[in-house]
Amino acid sequence: MIWRATAFVVAFASPAAAIDIQEITSPGGITAWLVEEPSIPFTALELRFEGGASLDPDGKRGVTNLMMGLLEEGAGDMDARAFAEARESIAARYEFGAYDDTITVGAQFLTENRDESVALLREALLNPRFDQDAIDRVRGQVESGIRSDLKDPDEISSTKFFDLAFGDHPYGTSLEGTLESIATITADDLEAARRAALAKDQLFVGAVGDITAEELGILLDELLGELEQSGPEVPPKIDFGLEGGITVVNFEGPQSTALFGHEGMERDDPDYFAAFILMEILGGGGVESRLGFEVREERGLTYSIASFLVPKDLSTMVLGRVRSSNETIAEAIEVTRAEWAKIAESGVTAEELERTQKYLTGAYPLRFDGNGTIANILAGMQQSDLGLDYINTRNANINAVTLEEINRVAAELLDADDLHFVVVGEPEGLTSTN
Amino acid sequence: MIRYILGLGLIVSAATAHAAENITTFSLDNGMEAIVIEDNRAPVVVHMVWYKVGSADEPEGKSGIAHYLEHLMFKATDTLEDGEFSRTVTENGGTDNAFTSLDYTGYFQRVAADRLELMMQMEADRMVNLNLDEDDIASERSVVIEERNQRTDSSPGGVFNEQMRAAQFLNHRYGVPIIGWRHEIEELGLADAEAFYEQHYGPNNAILVVAGDVDPAEVERLAQIHYGGIAPNPNVVERARPAEPPQLSERRMIYRDARVAQPYIVRSYLAPERNAGDQREAAALQLLANILGGSGATSVLGEALEFEQQKAVYTTAYYTSKSLDPSTFSLLAVPVPGVGLQEIEDLMDAEIAKFLEEGVDEAQLERIKAQWRASYIYALDDVGAIARRYGTALTQGLTVEDVAEWPEIIQSITGEEIVAAAERVFDRSNAVTGWLDRPLEEVSQ
Repeated sequence: MIWRATAFVVAFASPAAAIDIQEITSPGGITAWLVEEPSIPFTALELRFEGGASLDPDGKRGVTNLMMGLLEEGAGDMDARAFAEARESIAARYEFGAYDDTITVGAQFLTENRDESVALLREALLNPRFDQDAIDRVRGQVESGIRSDLKDPDEISSTKFFDLAFGDHPYGTSLEGTLESIATITADDLEAARRAALAKDQLFVGAVGDITAEELGILLDELLGELEQSGPEVPPKIDFGLEGGITVVNFEGPQSTALFGHEGMERDDPDYFAAFILMEILGGGGVESRLGFEVREERGLTYSIASFLVPKDLSTMVLGRVRSSNETIAEAIEVTRAEWAKIAESGVTAEELERTQKYLTGAYPLRFDGNGTIANILAGMQQSDLGLDYINTRNANINAVTLEEINRVAAELLDADDLHFVVVGEPEGLTSTN
Repeated sequence: MIRYILGLGLIVSAATAHAAENITTFSLDNGMEAIVIEDNRAPVVVHMVWYKVGSADEPEGKSGIAHYLEHLMFKATDTLEDGEFSRTVTENGGTDNAFTSLDYTGYFQRVAADRLELMMQMEADRMVNLNLDEDDIASERSVVIEERNQRTDSSPGGVFNEQMRAAQFLNHRYGVPIIGWRHEIEELGLADAEAFYEQHYGPNNAILVVAGDVDPAEVERLAQIHYGGIAPNPNVVERARPAEPPQLSERRMIYRDARVAQPYIVRSYLAPERNAGDQREAAALQLLANILGGSGATSVLGEALEFEQQKAVYTTAYYTSKSLDPSTFSLLAVPVPGVGLQEIEDLMDAEIAKFLEEGVDEAQLERIKAQWRASYIYALDDVGAIARRYGTALTQGLTVEDVAEWPEIIQSITGEEIVAAAERVFDRSNAVTGWLDRPLEEVSQ
């Protein structure tokens, strides 16, 4: 057997913490990051496949999402109920998720049931049945969700916003599809979507728990060895296509919800750390952020406001959301715009930068808490092409951002005039621009 | 200091013998109880103070005051400025928040383990030194009203749930929403918040839960320093809420809202809760909820209504086992398009009747028990969740021993006990049946 393991000990300056990440390659050539943590007799495994729902073929919007929902609804010689009974008997936990750029498979299994848990998951990934009754049942669940989204103000705002921003590109529509598009999906479409989405050259693996490097290598070959080698091309990149302004969608209720944003920044941009700190200062969730303080704390206009970078694979955005009573949403938007313009023009203070650097660097090691959490982080780091060294250098990179740099980035990245607000509700004193 | 190693020897195998919760308890002379849960895998600690007071302890006409006070606890104290508490947590790389429920109010921070003492110092300070002024009151009340708008009034399901609970409880404050009725929130003021604080906050009404990379002896030493010096609050009295009278009449309600996309039916029954030293009935009801609605593919309602008859998009059953006073057991069914609410209600009732007649499928019960055993292994991965398990128990009339015994009790419950508990709880005179539906004119279109 040929397998290699490279051990990295990753240590934090303060507080003292070390997690020992090994990069392993299975005999069959699958790479994974592993942290051995034998103190609890289970393993958390996180698989991520790049591509995701953006791989939906034309006219089949929603197929990747529906496919992921059907993987454990019958596989091999088991129908949906037999599969569920088998999973319950060994108390394994599987989670299948579809996102714009990624699909995820999460698994947690007890050491004593490891072999059965992997064999069962393998059936779901390689031999799902896509029985017609299961398709109809799960499609009914997705349809119910789509109908609910049509009457949910937050969802209405997202649908409108992304349609305006991205049009016919996959980012322009919900990955759930529409009632029309999912009605046409067949078992053959689902099998094609499975082959497209679950390919080895799109795969990133994180594993944490009661398992050795050698055991993991064998497990991965067993579980994933027979997947397709490569999947289809992802769609082309697309520019954020929405200009500054306001779009009002009327919807009955006491409160209006506003989704807002403009173009953002690539994850691999050299200014990303500066932009990340900047957005924490402007719209990080708490009342210490400028938006939290001005809109919630000072004026009581909202329960929650936040804004953040959204670096997707095929486009980038800065997005935010605020909800306020119909009588006060106009003021909440006005304050948000004013803070946006102010920080772009005058930047942040040295005190704000230092305080936020302290928070972000102090909070970072606290993320590495729990097998499931760490497995997710490991898979996510590989997907973002961050490298094993990232954990060691990340806090230094945060601290290296200077006031001059962050304020240059604020001026370049943020533009209050470019902000588009999609407001859903019965807002007073707001009308759609153009 | 009492040390428990709660051996989860539930899965009989050598491999799992070392999986255990590391629990230590102690109490301070002023009446404050403490629980320490050790987990040394990451240098993180969760520090929580739980008060044995919730929305069900509010005076009449003042609904929402428990939750409103929870918001105000982040304002100034004698030594901390407005907002300084959270700012200090943040500057130390931590996160903090708070929550209010029917029976408890909790405050927590998640920080690096070496910052525990600072958290205790600040939490002890605001236990007795809150210093509110009129400036805080108005804007924070608006924030709470926006929270109510967001959570309840913007969601037909939220409004429906609130109306159902109000119908379920004839006399007990469990029928009043935690966040409060809007017209009462609007009238809450400084004096109300101060009165509630002075009545209920103090070490003798509080439980300290510390979980993570800590040494229990050191936690006790720090707790003595920071909490030990606080005098008990003489205003704190044992909770005795108005009891429900016998419920003699079934209640039925329909809530119609144009925002309803997916009509559904909920039936809730008044149900007994877990009590100290007396948890078998609750354990049987817990398993009953798992059997009836635990999983789409293998539960009684899911199998019949979603799989065989294909009349429901979704079904579930849920039961709140932890509660200071009697609780509820609920059934829910979401029909597929074309199936009406009366039809799905009748089908649901028919399945329940069939279940009572046929009894428990022993293979299903064994699978559910296997998942319960495993859940305690998986739970060891999340020390914060273990902390919440103890916090919710100790503020709702249970002891550490009750929490320790619960897994074994779950394993020991028989199918006969589950059916017997079902027969007792499914009493329609205790029940509220609610339909969430679209407005009539839309239905007829």
